[in-house]
Amino acid sequence: MSENILKVENATMQFGGVVAVDNLNLEINQGEIVALIGPNGAGKTTAFNVVTGVYQPTNGAVWFRGEKIIENHPQGKMKMLYKGEHAGEYSQVLAPTPDKITKLGMARTFQNIRLWKSQTVFDNVLIAKHCRSSSNFLSAAFRLNRAEEARQREEVEQLLKTVGLMEVKDELATSLPYGKQRRLEIARALATEPQLLLLDEPAAGMNPQETDELTAFIGQIRDQFHLTVFLIEHHMNLVMGISDRIYVLDFGKLIAEGTPAQIQNNKRVIDAYLGVAEDA
Amino acid sequence: MSKKQTWFVMIVLAVALVACLAVDLMLPSYHIAVTVIKKAAVYALVAVSMNLLNGFTGLFSLGQAGFMLLGAYAYGVLTIPVDKRAGVYQYFDGGAIHFSIPEIFSNVLGDTVGTTVGMLAALLVGGILAALVAYLIGLPVLRLKSDYLAIATLGFAEILRAFFQWNALGPITNGSNLLKSYPTFSHATPYVVLAGVMIAFIVLLIRSTYGRAFKAIRDDEVAAEAMGINLSRHKRLAFVISSFFAGIGGGMMAMYMGTIAAAPFKSTLTYEILLIVVIGGIGSITGSVLASFLYIFSSEWLLRGLDSGTFLGINAPDLFKNGFRMAVFSIIIMVIVLFFRRGLMGDKELPDIPNMIRGVGRRKKEARK
Repeated sequence: MSENILKVENATMQFGGVVAVDNLNLEINQGEIVALIGPNGAGKTTAFNVVTGVYQPTNGAVWFRGEKIIENHPQGKMKMLYKGEHAGEYSQVLAPTPDKITKLGMARTFQNIRLWKSQTVFDNVLIAKHCRSSSNFLSAAFRLNRAEEARQREEVEQLLKTVGLMEVKDELATSLPYGKQRRLEIARALATEPQLLLLDEPAAGMNPQETDELTAFIGQIRDQFHLTVFLIEHHMNLVMGISDRIYVLDFGKLIAEGTPAQIQNNKRVIDAYLGVAEDA
Repeated sequence: MSKKQTWFVMIVLAVALVACLAVDLMLPSYHIAVTVIKKAAVYALVAVSMNLLNGFTGLFSLGQAGFMLLGAYAYGVLTIPVDKRAGVYQYFDGGAIHFSIPEIFSNVLGDTVGTTVGMLAALLVGGILAALVAYLIGLPVLRLKSDYLAIATLGFAEILRAFFQWNALGPITNGSNLLKSYPTFSHATPYVVLAGVMIAFIVLLIRSTYGRAFKAIRDDEVAAEAMGINLSRHKRLAFVISSFFAGIGGGMMAMYMGTIAAAPFKSTLTYEILLIVVIGGIGSITGSVLASFLYIFSSEWLLRGLDSGTFLGINAPDLFKNGFRMAVFSIIIMVIVLFFRRGLMGDKELPDIPNMIRGVGRRKKEARK
């Protein structure tokens, strides 16, 4: 088994004639915090959706903890339309649904917060524990899973204490202020007991102070839960302050990879973000 | 639930049961009160089963009448006494089935106990049949969302009704003729107890980890799937369980009606149930039960006079004739929907009622200040 926990191999995601992610290759090692950055519409969230099983890639493969979990090759109409590379190299079709990938130990948050609106803070986290319970519907209805249920409730309380949401546990999730909703989404993802945590713009809409708190918080949970973190973010303070390595996407293509210092001085990255003067 | 709330629930349930027993002891079984309780209990069970699907899992399905039909026919076909089959299946040579579950049980357990056990067993078979069919239909149909799912399930229920009237199935279903002479409970209490036990199971399920997963699917499917909830498995589970109880409800409906034909299981029946769910509150079990008793009470008893000439002592045979009841009823329903947007109970349950009453009292006091 290799050291990397996640490996994306030649992944291309094509919608009709639009290539959203073009031949993406990246590796994330155990315990790292890796950021995926790029201008709007670069294909970052699409890349996340491919890794978490929301989309089936048009071509390519994804490996998780040394095991191939996703693979696809252009089929049907796509055979004609396919514009990417490495077309003939994959033959298998492996397309697990997102819930199966979550059970393997990968959890995510969403760019636009997707909490369960009618549920309390506590229940939002408790529901995420459902995928780790071993009861069937009869044993659950007849309360034969009391021990497991009690243990899960205990774990949820611990988790809420860790993320600092214990005082609001009985409030409706949507009644929380924005920053706390973001925190709750992370807590909910942690409840599924992941090894790899994917955060899709966790600091979106936060002020500088909240962003600093979040930066510290991500580092803290990484150490406490022995996580590997893969995040998409636009706040450069957060990205540069926290990441071990950074990948940069532009128009679906990977244009740079390296440490924060390397990325900050990379000409292609600067051009992608600031644009290139036409008469230069 | 706090101790107070537990006490409140216990007392309400006990009072309901005692009231039902009192009605049974004091009134003859043909009295309208007994009829209302029986029918309302059946409707309550089916409404709760529909609420499990529509209100708690967020699957808009309109197949309830179809599953009730399965349960009703299974009950009738399996319980008609053998010596009466020649009469019932007179056009089909006494039918293809020559046993009766209650009779088999009464040979072993004696008449009273055996018949009751046999009747319950036949109800169970009806529920299982409905659940099995739901499983098969669910495989293709549950891929659809919202309105499309509703149309597909509605269509299925109609097909099933036509299928059961098909003459080639006559030796089993008696074609378009009635099934009758099967054993029924004449008192109201068995209906209430049966429906109560089934509803209690659904409540327990909803309050378990599976119920929470159902609600997560209802609130946000994408998030639910991302948090490890297998959508197709959980949707199918909710669909099968809901249909199981609709099947049992159908069997009880057969008991209550005394004869079975495919005609009453039209889509109108599904709409009636849907109406009850909406009036009671989508996502409230208590609401469904309450609404079904109110609905049946007013449509079967309170507003009867509107169809038969005299209502509230007013004698106006020209106005109060056939059909007027439904006109008034529609207006009442519109008023309810206008003033209780989220149904009578919203998403509140029985234990929340003391708090709701206290809340109203406090608001009134504040208004007075």
